[in-house]
Amino acid sequence: MLNLEAVRTLSARAMASLGHSALNFFERLGRGHLLLLQILFGLPAALLRPNLIIAQIYAVGVLSLLIILVSGLFVGMVLGLQGYNTLVDFGAEESLGTVVALTLVRELGPVVAALLFAGRAGSALTAEIGLMKTTEQLSAMEMMAVDPVKRVLIPRFLAGFFSLPLLAAIFSAMGVMGGYFVGVGLLGVDEGAYWSQMQAKVVFNEDVANGIIKSIVFGFVAVWIAIFEGYDAPPTSEGVSRATTRTVVHTSLAVLGLDFILTALMFGG
Amino acid sequence: MMNSRSVEIWVGIFVTMGAAALFVLAMQVSNLNLTGEEDGYSIQASFENISGLKVRSPVTIGGVTIGRVTAIEYDTKAFEAVVTMEIQGHFNNLPEDSSASVYTAGLLGEKYIGIVPGGAEEPLVEGSKVMLTESSIVLEQLISQFIFSKGSGEGGGL
Repeated sequence: MLNLEAVRTLSARAMASLGHSALNFFERLGRGHLLLLQILFGLPAALLRPNLIIAQIYAVGVLSLLIILVSGLFVGMVLGLQGYNTLVDFGAEESLGTVVALTLVRELGPVVAALLFAGRAGSALTAEIGLMKTTEQLSAMEMMAVDPVKRVLIPRFLAGFFSLPLLAAIFSAMGVMGGYFVGVGLLGVDEGAYWSQMQAKVVFNEDVANGIIKSIVFGFVAVWIAIFEGYDAPPTSEGVSRATTRTVVHTSLAVLGLDFILTALMFGG
Repeated sequence: MMNSRSVEIWVGIFVTMGAAALFVLAMQVSNLNLTGEEDGYSIQASFENISGLKVRSPVTIGGVTIGRVTAIEYDTKAFEAVVTMEIQGHFNNLPEDSSASVYTAGLLGEKYIGIVPGGAEEPLVEGSKVMLTESSIVLEQLISQFIFSKGSGEGGGL
């Protein structure tokens, strides 16, 4: 008898906590989409104040430039080294340029740039907005009849959306240079073969354009998650720290998952 | 916080770098042809077998790429593969009786079409058909022919 009662309460409790977290999840999903709608409707008004956007592009894009440049170069160098060691077994080291460029332009450029962006810029956005909420700066703005969505969120949204495709392109270009330094400079691949094989195999409309589309999608998702987590963070120091962590984790998962879907759509057929 | 002027300068540098990177990707990495290929003309050729030839495979003459394959269809009446290729406009004096063959670059390389010029006065123009063609060599066929001829020649196996 006692056992049956215990099982009943336990299972009820388990169901309740499951239901609670499911409701929580859908609530957050709904709030995220409502915020996105608010942002999209506010876009025309925000475009009238380009100074705010430029300041945010500085914070989001320019300050991420160094890490993108350095990691792009090193990723390209590693690709050159590993690709060479694999290709030389088949006597195909002339294809090194193709390998490096296709890997970077199709996959690594958009994806790694988005992951770095989530760590470098997304976390900063979340922490900044979350702290603004915690210190009641956002409420103060509302008191002064300034819409915080238009004044704070939209410039950051636009800046991130605009910056990530540029950062991804810079990453890919630096990577191709890095592969060139290692492949041609250190390992002795023929310089003409490196570039000409690359140019023969990489198609702008397919490879490069699809990479750019990917980075645009990733930029949208990354900056949306970062802004929503900050805006939705519980106004405590613990809440802000959790929101910052969630931004990085969720953005990384979303980018990697979306990358698979986009790759399947673009190159799978 | 820096003053707004230097922020603007840095953003300008950032946007310029992004544009330059896109330009490098377009020109240096993928060799985007901005002039387009509208000034070219397209010719057709029928092959018995084109195994491995793909759309965008190069068309060469004397080893120089002069165009690309734009479409591959199958003629269900003649049972032949019909390959449409776009030749760049300034190669407009290829003789009408030129022949086209499907070759392989290297042992495992990709297929391409090689054109050998003929001797006619009339040039190939938009829509003309290359009459003399040579199919792609299929390695399995070659091997089976070799084994077959060996087998019949010596009256035994290998």
